[in-house]
Amino acid sequence: MSGERPQSPTLYSAVGGVAGERGGAETPSVSAPARLRAALKRIDIGWSLITGYTVAVYLFMFIPVAIVMLLAFNASQFGAFPMEGLSFRWFVALWNNDAIVRAFRVSFLLGGLTALISTTLGVLAALAIVRYRFPGKNLISTALVAPILVPEVVLAVALLLFLRWLDIPRSFFLLLCGHVIFTLPFVLLVVQARLVTIRRDVEEAAMSLGAGPIATFFEVTLPLLMPAVFAGMLFAFTISFDDITGTLFWKPGGLETVPTQIFAMLRHSVSPEINALGTVMILLTVGLPLLGAGIARRMARTRGG
Amino acid sequence: MAQSAEGDLSAKPWLLMSPALAAVALLLVIPVFFIVVYSFWLRTAVGAVEAGFHLDNWAEVLTDPFYRDILFATIRIAFITTVLCAVLGYIPAYFIANAGRQHRLLLILLLMLPFWISYIIRTMSWINILGASGALNYGLMGLGITSEPIRMLYNEATVILGLVHFLLPFMILNIYVSLEAIDRNLIDAARSLGSTSWQAFREVTLPLSLPGLAAGSLLCFVLGAGTYITPMVLGGPTDAMFANLVFEAVITQLNWPLGSALSLVLLVVLGSVVALYNRFLGLGQIAKSFQ
Repeated sequence: MSGERPQSPTLYSAVGGVAGERGGAETPSVSAPARLRAALKRIDIGWSLITGYTVAVYLFMFIPVAIVMLLAFNASQFGAFPMEGLSFRWFVALWNNDAIVRAFRVSFLLGGLTALISTTLGVLAALAIVRYRFPGKNLISTALVAPILVPEVVLAVALLLFLRWLDIPRSFFLLLCGHVIFTLPFVLLVVQARLVTIRRDVEEAAMSLGAGPIATFFEVTLPLLMPAVFAGMLFAFTISFDDITGTLFWKPGGLETVPTQIFAMLRHSVSPEINALGTVMILLTVGLPLLGAGIARRMARTRGG
Repeated sequence: MAQSAEGDLSAKPWLLMSPALAAVALLLVIPVFFIVVYSFWLRTAVGAVEAGFHLDNWAEVLTDPFYRDILFATIRIAFITTVLCAVLGYIPAYFIANAGRQHRLLLILLLMLPFWISYIIRTMSWINILGASGALNYGLMGLGITSEPIRMLYNEATVILGLVHFLLPFMILNIYVSLEAIDRNLIDAARSLGSTSWQAFREVTLPLSLPGLAAGSLLCFVLGAGTYITPMVLGGPTDAMFANLVFEAVITQLNWPLGSALSLVLLVVLGSVVALYNRFLGLGQIAKSFQ
């Protein structure tokens, strides 16, 4: 059965390989199935090497992070090995540390506002780029993603010095401007990619049934675009929440976001508190998108059913 | 009727784009032009900034071997990082592209995780491993191989390690995107024409995946060369990269004209890399990993 219709590409190419070799000066004593098995085994050795390499690289990517999360639960009073039992004391310490709670508040507010503003700007611009033709389109779509082409340090210096010259000091407002400008391209790219897949016909059908352009946008386009809007907002939020490169330039003295707070704490030493803080941040920034994806799937299912 | 539709076509997109365009103009384009002008101003001895046309900052930045050496060191570090990312990243990307559906989804999900985990946490996580009381020293001393902790942190190698750890997912993702787009039939055709699987890989798969490898390399190089956090966290006092000079000038010394000149050097160097890449390969490939 499976001999007639090859199921897996591995099997298929192995059979192909055997068929190809048939013309060569092979010893006829080895039967075809035996050679097939040999070929499969040869492929398997190569494939297991590839698998092992991949596993090793993934371990390299995740072990350091896993150790941060492990040490966060270390009962020892030093932020290092050996583990002296599990404890939540460092999480309690975080909760009681005003500076850290304040940093979280700043980061959430900043990330939320950044997500709102840059998604709004991004959706509008994506509509213009995908749905309309106008002169200079290529130049403009490049200009709108320029903030990721410019190194963040340069963007940070330019924005800081320009707004300083306008007598706008380092402030929350400056931070917000900075975060909006460099999350905008990401939102734009995500929304644009989705918008291209929404067919104009649907919008035109609504228009031909008498809906105005604004009603069409809110009743037809936006609901279809919602997953991308959601993804764009999450994207902007996490980028803002994680950012440190620009933030260190823009933040006023005394105001800390979570990453700059970690950075400031690192200057002293790695305390278990940092590991606990890192763990909370990982759970937040990894958990939020997963939660978002879950909600999106649930929404799609209820709508489908 | 046709006239009004035409009128719609010309005004509406501009209206829709205007907030985003205004933001980019006000917060990026004008500021970058501003620091070009600013780099010719001068910081006087009393700390005030004097407008005018002075070449002092540029003379200092372009002739002082201190800046030149750090620029070269930065390029070297970014280059080594990029090569290591390519070597480490190609095979996993190949594995993901050829794995079964279930494994593939899991691996891609895992590959996305580092993007969501803060850069500063991933960077500092190495201190837990390589530090004096980190996992590695603990293990070595536990095994009796050394009696004293070995000093492994705070040198150029750990800076590169941190950067590779940070940038590897970008590389894997870009290579994967181009590998995934390869038409399976091409490889099967090569195999049925008698090539071995290694030949098929070398003649078909590898050339077709080069755009992804190039896109990943560009990202790794540009992001690696523009960082100042990794050297601050994982480097020693002599491991500053060029962006550290910018940070030092702007934030610590408050010498803004000098900081402007330094950041423009970084912009020109990295900008030329991007421009060269765009000239020969096009930037379109990078956008593909967003889809």
